[in-house]
Amino acid sequence: MDDSDRIIIDTTTRIFQDLGAPQMIVNSGDDSWKAPLWDTLEEAGLTQTWTPDDLGGAGAGIVDGFDVLRVAGEYAVSVPLAETLLAGWLLARGGIVVPQGAMSIAPVRSGDRIYLADDGALSGTVRKVPFASAVDRIAVLAHRGDETVVALVDTADCVITAGRSLSGEPLDTVCFDGAVPESVEPAPEGLDEAALFQMGAAARASQIAGALRGILDMSVDYAKERMAFGKPIGKFQAVQHMLARLGGETAAAIAAAGSLADRIARSDSFDEKVFLEVASAKIRAGEAAGAGAGIGHQVHGAIGFTDEHVLHRYTMRLWSWREEFGSESVWAVRLGEMVAARGADELWPMVSAQ
Amino acid sequence: MASVIQFDPIQLPPEAEALRVEVRAFLKEEIAAGTFDPQTVPMTDGFSREFSRKVGAKGWIGMTWPKEYGGQERSFLERYVVTEEMRAISAPTRAHFTADRQSGPVLLKYAPEEIKRDVLPRIVSGDCCFCIGMSEPDTGSDLFAAKARAVKVDGGWQLNGSKVWTTNAHHAEYMIGLFRTSPATADNRRHGLTQFLVDMKNTDGITINPIRFMNGMHDFNEVVFEDAFITDSHLLGEVDAAWTQATTELAYERSGPERFLETLYTLVEVIRALGDSPDRRSAEGIGRLVAQLYTMRRMSVSVNGMLQAGKDPMLEGSIVKELGTNWEQALPGHVRELAAFIDEDAGNRATLDELLHHATMVAPKLTIQGGTTEILRGIVARGLGLR
Repeated sequence: MDDSDRIIIDTTTRIFQDLGAPQMIVNSGDDSWKAPLWDTLEEAGLTQTWTPDDLGGAGAGIVDGFDVLRVAGEYAVSVPLAETLLAGWLLARGGIVVPQGAMSIAPVRSGDRIYLADDGALSGTVRKVPFASAVDRIAVLAHRGDETVVALVDTADCVITAGRSLSGEPLDTVCFDGAVPESVEPAPEGLDEAALFQMGAAARASQIAGALRGILDMSVDYAKERMAFGKPIGKFQAVQHMLARLGGETAAAIAAAGSLADRIARSDSFDEKVFLEVASAKIRAGEAAGAGAGIGHQVHGAIGFTDEHVLHRYTMRLWSWREEFGSESVWAVRLGEMVAARGADELWPMVSAQ
Repeated sequence: MASVIQFDPIQLPPEAEALRVEVRAFLKEEIAAGTFDPQTVPMTDGFSREFSRKVGAKGWIGMTWPKEYGGQERSFLERYVVTEEMRAISAPTRAHFTADRQSGPVLLKYAPEEIKRDVLPRIVSGDCCFCIGMSEPDTGSDLFAAKARAVKVDGGWQLNGSKVWTTNAHHAEYMIGLFRTSPATADNRRHGLTQFLVDMKNTDGITINPIRFMNGMHDFNEVVFEDAFITDSHLLGEVDAAWTQATTELAYERSGPERFLETLYTLVEVIRALGDSPDRRSAEGIGRLVAQLYTMRRMSVSVNGMLQAGKDPMLEGSIVKELGTNWEQALPGHVRELAAFIDEDAGNRATLDELLHHATMVAPKLTIQGGTTEILRGIVARGLGLR
């Protein structure tokens, strides 16, 4: 990690500490914290981490963007930061200048498709678009004949049917019928729905790694403070071993997400090596999310289950994020099919390829 | 505290990948020549002097050690690649592996020059097998309760007492053993233990009794010392201070690829049995296991890369062993479930069953050897600031 990486991580951490601290959000009881946090993130260029400077972005690297998402995950804040980063990334791939403001992307589910007609209007209905009803614009991948294009659409021109994720974030159905995009550019070779889906899964893996780190820190601190039977519960071996397991799950998510970010940064296409990394990271981070959320709650006892405590801000988001951009099961079937097709003797060469 | 957990995304250097190609070619040749069979080695004790000597001739034992003792002065990441390639294909490395991994490095650090010049080149050539004398009849994980004692006599030390669960003792040329030289002190119960090099083939007063595994295999032994005499030059490091020596290099020992690849052959064989287009249940099962394996390996490579870069990932190393050994232990159980509906007449069903039976029987020991899960979780808890 060099100094510029550190600066981005430190800046992100400071902004979330000051304006997105979970306890402050819980205490506020409303959304008044959202605008100041978002504006500050935007001013610092963090919402455009994946956009090159000639297209309006901060000109930071791929790994920087994943670092921002992991740190944001440590605060488990309900803002469309990952979605805006992904939209900026998608628009930049099409060479479209990226506007300020919160954005999302579509489509996000396999099978969903958007079309662009010769008259310049979009058509198609896509499901479970994160934060669609809470953002200004959506960056989409659409098909015009045989061609794939990147387009930028104002959400005011779409019909949005509200849906909710487990953690209460918008997960909306968006109908693009008749909407005319603000910009349309051809997508580069190899950029398709599968690539966008992989990038989304990678973003969620980083967020999960960050949230698990948050739960680990909070659970360790709580175990050191909370007294029972005359001593801090962290002195009981049963609790120590639970926290050690949480440490292991957190470590697995951090390692998987970090390895994946590095692989995407070093790749110029979404090839099989990237697929293996994305699938492994989303599966393993998703498993860690389930196990880690469970341990976090067990360590905290009853208080962790209450509305006033911050723990649920983390665990509910983990339960949502592991679902979005492909659950463990979805990715595992795809990965298993690939491994089987290559054959038993290719397993080790594939696993040890980097 | 906890947020210190870090896993740098390590890329193995080009020289390590070039070496991998060489190692794979060598293993392929040896399999073709009949030196070993990957489908049957797991069911043997994996001890082959013939194979170890060939590995030694390639320069792949003690490869990180100084050239003056027969080493190649290559990097730990290159050694990592050699180790994982051998493990992944179940090569019979038992005759040299313990010496290569831990005994040689201990000698390099603590043995007198004459011992280093005598023993290290023999390890390097594949002619010298080591065993570790730590556990005793009443002390397993509680290492510092060791009672076997060494008493200073004229010109050397006299050993008495017993060691148990000593893998390889019946093959080994040498043991590195932990013996009590003084009582523990009130403020430091780890005080009073000393490491010695014991010549297992040429020392009077040593009896080796086999202790068979529940599946009949011979791996463990009881080693009894009755007035066994060793010379002064066989003292390793400082008298009474072995506990500081024993805890060095633990991260290397804990995060090696052997800590998660021990039952990999069951996964390889079930993928073979399920064929190239498995049903959805089977595909999901394979996919999850491969994702877990891939992540384990990336964690292990990361710890080794951080060590090579001069960092000190003690917490990460302990986490990798805890996760890795639990994973390789659970693997035969997952493979068993995936195998449930495979046709009895499938080509390799008999081989799969045989390997699976074996793996199921050895699985319990994987989270006991080299530091139990409970000890490791204690270490991780300490790393998290809880102890």
